[in-house]
Amino acid sequence: MNEHLIIAGKAYHSRLLVGTGKYKDFAETRAAIDASGAQIVTVAIRRINIGQTAGEPSLLEYLPPEEFTYLPNTAGCYSADDAVRTLRLARELLDGHKLVKLEVLGDPKTLYPNVIETIAAAKVLVKDGFDVMVYTSDDPIIAKQLEEIGCCAVMPLASLIGSGMGILNPWNLQIIIENATIPVLVDAGIGCAGDAAIAMELGCDGVLMNTAIATARDPIMMAGAMKKAIEAGRESFLAGRMPKKLYSARPSSPTSGMIG
Amino acid sequence: MQIFINGKLKQLDGENMTISALVLTLNLTGKRLAVEKNGEIVPRSLFLETKLLNGDKLEIIGAVGGG
Repeated sequence: MNEHLIIAGKAYHSRLLVGTGKYKDFAETRAAIDASGAQIVTVAIRRINIGQTAGEPSLLEYLPPEEFTYLPNTAGCYSADDAVRTLRLARELLDGHKLVKLEVLGDPKTLYPNVIETIAAAKVLVKDGFDVMVYTSDDPIIAKQLEEIGCCAVMPLASLIGSGMGILNPWNLQIIIENATIPVLVDAGIGCAGDAAIAMELGCDGVLMNTAIATARDPIMMAGAMKKAIEAGRESFLAGRMPKKLYSARPSSPTSGMIG
Repeated sequence: MQIFINGKLKQLDGENMTISALVLTLNLTGKRLAVEKNGEIVPRSLFLETKLLNGDKLEIIGAVGGG
């Protein structure tokens, strides 16, 4: 289908964005990402292990930045200052790369986002020239404020990070999608391909996930399932579902011409 | 000279070592990394001329798997 996801002026044919964490090794990371068809991959920014042996492979060798659009994140940041500092370093690391995923957490137990710090960081980053894809709660008012600040995509959670609980509040997501003029991507909480399809059927522009693929019994097969679910969900949304009714009294087969 | 690298105190031979020389000493040549010195980012283009002073605090970061 000739239909693209546009983020910060760039077109992507895949509406599935994937994380690169929690895999067994880099080879499995690469194989799963290939099976997912994802073009945008998230990475975390961390201190380099100084004792590291010189020849040790790095993630970037398995996922060359020429082949994928990197989305450096601020995972693990609990304040606006830490998030901004992390992404400025990421920009330097990736040669001036501007597209970033902002997430500011509020609680190490649940990993629930701190939207107050998120808004503060978003303001600084947008002013500083970043294209900010922002992870947030499923609060429609906050989502709209993040759009007004100038974020290039808003990414409400389906449920908590790593929980695999699926979409807990489709109604809020629907309101966020209805109000938004920037892409809305569900980020976090997807557990299985069915969840991803539902997100797309709600009208989301894309889905970002990591744990659902990486911790599946067969991550590579799950990555393929997610790719199909995203495509199926998108087409189902575009095709327009039939209305729900309790019953119809209109069978699909003709009522005339019955034998006898 | 003593500096802090990623939160750990590190003893280095000689004074006025540049960031380029440090990268070489740490076996990190060719690795994609970014450096912050005392809270300020040091662009890669300035590694050759940026000298380290006793007590400097460096952060050396890279990209790792994450969601």
